[in-house]
Amino acid sequence: MRLTCPLCGSRDRREFTYYGDAVYASRPGPDAPPEAWDAYLHLRDNPAGETRDLWYHEMGCSAWIEVTRDTVTHAVGATRLIAERGGGRASGAGSPAKKKAPSKPRGGRA
Amino acid sequence: MRYSGFRVLTEGLSGNKGWRPVWRDPAPKPDYDIVIIGGGGHGLSTAYYLAKNHGLTNIAVLEKGYLGGGNVGRNTTIVRANYFLPGNQEFYSHSLKLWEGLESELNYNVMHSQRGLINLFHSDGQRDAFARRGNAMVGQGDDAELLDREGVRRHLPYLDFEQTRFPIYGGLLHRRGGSARHDAVAWGYARGADGRGVDLIQNCEVTGIDITGGRVTGVQTTRGAIRAKKVGIIVAGRSGQVAAMAGMRLPVESHILQAFVTEGLKPVIDHVVSFGMGHFYISQSDKGGLVFGGDLDFYASYAARGNLPMVEHVMEAGMTLMPMIGKAKVLRSWGGIMDMTPDGSPVIDKTPVEGLYIDCGWNYGGFKAVPASGWCMAHLMATGESHAYAGRFRLDRFATGHLLDEEGTGSQHNLH
Ligand SMILES: Cc1cc2nc3c(=O)[nH]c(=O)nc-3n(C[C@H](O)[C@H](O)[C@H](O)COP(=O)(O)OP(=O)(O)OC[C@H]3O[C@@H](n4cnc5c(N)ncnc54)[C@H](O)[C@@H]3O)c2cc1C
Ligand SMILES: [Zn+2]
Repeated sequence: MRLTCPLCGSRDRREFTYYGDAVYASRPGPDAPPEAWDAYLHLRDNPAGETRDLWYHEMGCSAWIEVTRDTVTHAVGATRLIAERGGGRASGAGSPAKKKAPSKPRGGRA
Repeated sequence: MRYSGFRVLTEGLSGNKGWRPVWRDPAPKPDYDIVIIGGGGHGLSTAYYLAKNHGLTNIAVLEKGYLGGGNVGRNTTIVRANYFLPGNQEFYSHSLKLWEGLESELNYNVMHSQRGLINLFHSDGQRDAFARRGNAMVGQGDDAELLDREGVRRHLPYLDFEQTRFPIYGGLLHRRGGSARHDAVAWGYARGADGRGVDLIQNCEVTGIDITGGRVTGVQTTRGAIRAKKVGIIVAGRSGQVAAMAGMRLPVESHILQAFVTEGLKPVIDHVVSFGMGHFYISQSDKGGLVFGGDLDFYASYAARGNLPMVEHVMEAGMTLMPMIGKAKVLRSWGGIMDMTPDGSPVIDKTPVEGLYIDCGWNYGGFKAVPASGWCMAHLMATGESHAYAGRFRLDRFATGHLLDEEGTGSQHNLH
């Protein structure tokens, strides 16, 4: 799988860290009700088909990218910088670009 | 038809002509007391315990493909009870006890083998964490032994004890942990449920859930409409889509997990070995194949097949730990769709729709849970009350903050 970074071009999937559904770019405002936080943090449409998710170009330019992807075929469609995404974000929203990408050592067990 | 040594002998002497299909292939009836969506391990065990423990038999299990064609037949078969958190502990402890009696319970050889599971650790901090986990397991009434480096060497002399990236400090040995034959578990429960009158209906995909006035009344399927007083959604990786038929959004994201098997070899690996730091675990099947795997591919997927970077990563980790496997040839690799929750623990609960229940969110640990999940889901569907062992597997725990984050990795679907 290759992803197209809008700044660096087509790159190997290994250069990127997956963060999750694009809903993460729409952080609720500080005054939002608990239900909005639950939806933001936990609840997912989880589509079989087209989805939009957030990737961090960790081993490249450090940009956060929204990728349109097919979860059934793994085909990758349009990509754009979160910084240019604009709109859709509640007021007072924090930018995911300020978060560190997850890098905790994890247990491989099943 | 009961299986026994005598039966095998007499069939063998009479040309094996007496064996019969193990379950019926009934057409769906227009109405049932209970419909279970999903004929995987959990759906089948739920149907079995509804019949066995609660005397309910007017039940259909609806499976869109064939019985055991989902994750129950794609996993790497590790069975263990080494959980730490109250809520998980008593559940997996109960499950392991059910495993220990499963073959006589089902009169079916599920090849449950308690060959011992060793979780390796590679630092002082990790040793402390495993000592604490081991104490919790012993406190729960299960078994755990902390091994030092020499203790590990006695069990697993073939590991590379010289490698410096992750030096082996010791391991936590769980002697009652082990593996089982995955499809046999599905077949054993299927046969047991069918024998008690449950209709197992294959090639029957549920396409809609009928709800009237906040109450479930039945399902739409590719084989027609079926009315039901109660419906259980037990579809693992497809949970999000089936729940959406009832207007629900779940705390679940589906991810892909890969696994691998080599050509058959003579016995070399006696235990289940888990190398968490390298994201690698391995055991040897009774046929001789080395069965191993690692971590998720990390992105949401329904493809049931993974990408090459994780293949390479798993192979590298295996070579780091036990270079002796380097000459074994990999026969096959595959993937399964995992229903990942943000805290890594499952859900066995009612839904906001009356009569509609859900059992999901098994992440990559749901094989060992098949007996207890069926036991607790059956209890919930029969009585309307959560079973004590599954009382914390609530659907609303994310909203209320009562998370069960066994690994302490936080609220993200791909971090467990
Ligand atoms: C590679 C891999 C390794 C794993 N290793 C382990 C391990 O070592 N130990 C462990 O404990 N767990 C392990 N797991 C996890 C375990 O396999 C799963 O958590 C568990 O099998 C899921 O429950 P199930 O058996 O009911 O799922 P499934 O067998 O997937 O059953 C769900 C069924 O629902 C059916 N279905 C879906 N949608 C519909 C519909 N609309 N209508 C009708 N039917 C439908 C599907 O066809 C499927 O048969 C592993 C998983 C994978 C993929
Ligand atoms: Zn870039």
